[in-house]
This record gives sequence, C-alpha cells and structure tokens, in this order.
Amino acid sequence: MKIDKLIIGIIILALLVGLPLILAQPEEPKEKTIIINAKQFSYTPDTVEVNRGDRVTIRLISTDVHHGLYIDGYEVSTDARPGQDGSLTFVANNTGKFVMRCSVTCGPFHPYMIGYLKVKPDYRLFGSIWLAVGIFICSILLVSRRQKQ
Amino acid sequence: MTEKILGLIPVDWRFELTSLPYVRKIIKSRWMPFLPIVLNLSVFTVILMAGFVGGVSAGNYNFGIMFVWIVWWLLLMMVMVPFFSRVWCMICPLPAFGEWLQRLGFMKVRNKLFGLNKKWPKALKNMWLVNFLFLGTTYTTGFLTTRPIATFILLMSIIIGSIVLMAVFEKRNFCKYIGCPVGGFLGLYSNIAVTEIRAKDPQICKDHKHKDCVIGNEKGHACPWMILPFDIGRNTYCGMCLECFKTCPYDNMAINLRPPATDLLVDKNRGLDEAWKAFIMLGIAIFFFLIMQGNMGFLKDWANATTTEGYLTFVALHSIFNLLLIPGVFFVFVYASRTLGNKEIPLKKLFTNFSYTLVPMGLIAWIAFSFGILFPNSSYVLHVISDPFAWGWDLFGTSHFPWTPFLTGVMPYFQIGTLLFGLVLSLDIGFKISKQTFQKRDQAVRGFIPIAAFLTVVTIFLIWLFTG
Repeated sequence: MKIDKLIIGIIILALLVGLPLILAQPEEPKEKTIIINAKQFSYTPDTVEVNRGDRVTIRLISTDVHHGLYIDGYEVSTDARPGQDGSLTFVANNTGKFVMRCSVTCGPFHPYMIGYLKVKPDYRLFGSIWLAVGIFICSILLVSRRQKQ
Repeated sequence: MTEKILGLIPVDWRFELTSLPYVRKIIKSRWMPFLPIVLNLSVFTVILMAGFVGGVSAGNYNFGIMFVWIVWWLLLMMVMVPFFSRVWCMICPLPAFGEWLQRLGFMKVRNKLFGLNKKWPKALKNMWLVNFLFLGTTYTTGFLTTRPIATFILLMSIIIGSIVLMAVFEKRNFCKYIGCPVGGFLGLYSNIAVTEIRAKDPQICKDHKHKDCVIGNEKGHACPWMILPFDIGRNTYCGMCLECFKTCPYDNMAINLRPPATDLLVDKNRGLDEAWKAFIMLGIAIFFFLIMQGNMGFLKDWANATTTEGYLTFVALHSIFNLLLIPGVFFVFVYASRTLGNKEIPLKKLFTNFSYTLVPMGLIAWIAFSFGILFPNSSYVLHVISDPFAWGWDLFGTSHFPWTPFLTGVMPYFQIGTLLFGLVLSLDIGFKISKQTFQKRDQAVRGFIPIAAFLTVVTIFLIWLFTG
C-alpha cells in the first residue's frame, strides 16, 4: 500500500516536472547580432534574450575603461577598450540563464559587473518551480494523510 | 513516538564526539581554544595589513578582501554554522585582546576580572541591537567588499570597540549583545547546526549545588557567555569557549552530533528579536544578490554611492524591505494560518513561532548565494596568497594565476538543489512548530497550509532570482 502511494507520488511529481517540457514550443534558430555597451560597472542591455539554437554574435563596446565579457556555461569571452571593440560568436545550445561577467579588472565594483544571457525555453526554471510546487503539494498530502491514520 | 527530522533521524538522537578520549583531552586542555585563536590572529594580522596597504584599490586582488569576504564568509555560511555551530566564536581573534585584558593574561585562570565589570541592561539582553548593527553594516557593503581600507576600518573598529567595551561591561557582553555585527545571525543560524554543547547527564548538574561552570574555579573561568552550561536549551548564546569542560568537576559536558535544526523545536525563549533577525537575514541575502550578482547597474551605482541621492535611496529601500516588507508579507500568511487553524491562539505567538521556519530557509538562501561567489571568484585567492600586499611577491608561484571561474555552468543546479532541500527542511520544521503551537493535530494541519505556501513562494522567488 505504502509503495503504491509512493509510486503514485513519484508519477505525479514527474508529470509536474515534465509538463513545462511538453508545453514548451521552441522557435526556429536564427542568426542574432547583439551590441553590448560596457561601462563601469554595468552592461547595456543588461539582459540578452535568445532562443535555443540561435547563432549569437556579441559585439562588445567599451565607453570608459578596459572591460571584458565572459559567459558562464558557454565559457567564451572577449574584451574591449574604448575605440577597440571586442566580439564573440557561439551557438546557444544550452538553455537557461547564464551570467555574463566582466573578465578584466575595471575598478572596485569589477566582480559585480554582471549581465544575463537568457536562452529560451528555460526548462531548468520551469522544472524547478514545478518541483517546488510538487514538494508543497506532497507535504500537505503527507501531513493530511498522517492525520487520517 | 519520537519525532524525526525529515522523517529520517529521531530528534533526540545524539552521538557524543567527546566520548572519544583524544577529543576530550584536546577540548579540556587550556591550549584550546588559545592556540587556534593565536593562529587565527596571525592570519588576521595579514588581513589587516593588506587592508591598510591596499587602500582604495580594487578589492579582487587584495588579500584582506578575498580572505574576509570570500574565504571567511563562505567557510562561515557553508561549513562552520551548519556543521559546527558557533565554532567561529570559539576561535575569533577580534575580541581576544579585550578578553586577555579582562583576564590580565593569556592562558592563566583568573576569575576576578579586570575592568568595571558592569552588567548589561536587562532590557537590552536580546538581539535588537545587533539586528540594527548588522543591518547598518550592510549599508556599507558596497565599500566593505570592494575597498580594502573599508574592511580594515571595520575590523579595527571591532577590535578597538571590543577592548573598550569589554573593559566596561563584564565578560562577553560585547560579543553577545553589543558590538559584533555577525553575532546575532551566528546565534540564530547555529540552531540548525548538527553539533551542540550540552550537559551529559542533567541530574548530575541538578545534584551539584556548587555550580563551578557558572562561578568558575581554579581550572577554568566562569562561563564568559553568561549562560547556564547545565541548561543550554539552544545553541543561540553558547560561544563554544569550552570553559565549562574545564570547570566541570564531574566531566559532565559533551559535544554532541545531532540531527539538524533541532533547536528550532525548542519552545523556550523564542522572541520577536530573533524573528526579525530571521527576516533581516533573508532580506539581506536577496539585496546582496541584487548588488553583487544581479544585472541592475543602477542598484550597484546606488550601493557604490555614486550619488548621495542614490545611496540614500538604497539605504531606505534596503531598510524598508528588510524591516517592514518581509515581516509584513509574512504576517499576512500567519494571519491566514490563524484563521484556518485556531483563532484563539495569540497572533504574536503564531508570528514568533512560525518565524523560526525562516531560519533554515535563510541559511540555505545564503548558501545558495555563496555558490555565486565561490565558483566565479575563488581563483583570486590563489593570486593573493602569493602576493598578499601587492608588492610583487610570488610566495607560492601563483601570483600570476589568471582569474579562472570554475563550474559556473552547473552552478545553478547546485543553487536549485540547495534551495529545494531548504524548502523540504523548512516545511518539516514548519509542521512540527505548527503542531507545537496549535496543540490539536487537525488545527495544526490547517494552520500549516498558509505557512507552507509562504515557504514555497519564497523558494520559487529565490530560484527565479538566482537562476531564472
């Protein structure tokens, strides 16, 4: 009996996690060129959104001092000085949010100079949220079930 | 039937680490904790020198900044507090000068302490002062974590403040109630720790009329933290100084391994001061993330005091968010809990008791936040250990080691896993607190639902903020 309920619980949880994956409809891959302006201590735009499979080229322009741009997860980087732009290209195969960080010490707030690359659809985020909701539902069911016993 | 933490480990399960003879021998020696304090002091001497020499230069290549805000902070949040309770207080070198002055010596036992030995006012024997002190310190986070001289000033202020105030107020009042910015959260979060110091057999203490641990004897000092070692209900105010191990004539003190978060189930001495500490800590984790790992440049400019208006806006928003907004939202869920559970339970009691569910959630949020510091930035440490004062040294051949982020691609999975574990632990503790508070099980189940919803919403928000 206990095992049956456990299996049912696991199935419900798996469905909850899988739901967003089933619903997600990724768009056709495209070529995208994005210009990012870097100045102490932020990027403009601070968030870049692309779709999975897109071939992305980032052109980095510095408007004050020497800056860099490193993308977590993709492990690609470039740097730029005023009047000397940087560039990098990659195919956005991994989905989710990835941090873009300055890779050249540019002042006191350098470690906090951050932007985001968001590659949609974000399965990881949807899955995590549904997992949290699943934990909530399971906990309520669990304490209610013990009450009946 | 004994309750179990996460349905796995009985709440009253203990393993006495000090039952191992060599562990007890080390703990009972007067070299402990003197020796680790001295070693720690030598590291902090280098930190202070590096902070002073570094001035206002960029902090990422400064030994002081890296060792305080990366090495120390990460060890504190990810290792020391969850596993070893307030072990940092045991080895903290900052109040050592004040304590040595009180004792007029380093290792000898002298129970008549030097100084005015004033009592700390009873009305202030709580966490309110350190709540505001810590919140106030975080207003300067934009400087503390980026300018070496700011870290130097903070640490020197604590050292000098401790010497002066420990000459006025008796024992460790400075650490407990007055001057340590991190003392409050170390106390609250140590309730989660899987270790504790407790009396082995309470009956031995009960029968022993001459409380050596409280008044001291020739082998050790009276408890510097002014608690009753034979009746430590929670880790909150035990600074793990180990004096009670030395003074106890019956060898009745123990360091135990235990399940996590058991102190949160102790329905004794709970208070709004600790509730607000839990709110403030959760709020600061969110604000720190926005400043240090967020993408909003204007917020960094505010924290960096680029303009006075911006800085004041940051201070105001930071304060309102931590002191009013988070408690306000929590209050709504507590009100719903009371409505569903039992309207006769005092709202204050519910609010206070349930606020302790935010203790595991808060610590876990800090651990998840800390991954975002550890993986991208820890390679700086290799540079600064070889050239601590930026004088061109290369002590270990690593001074030219480039900035190398590692595991940043899988970092979000560490963060999500940690946050989900935090949700499970918070829910488990939440329902146990609900049963304690409502007494009747059906009321406890109904009253638990809004609190569980709140904890889930906070977890989803943190997952979205950190990784989405």
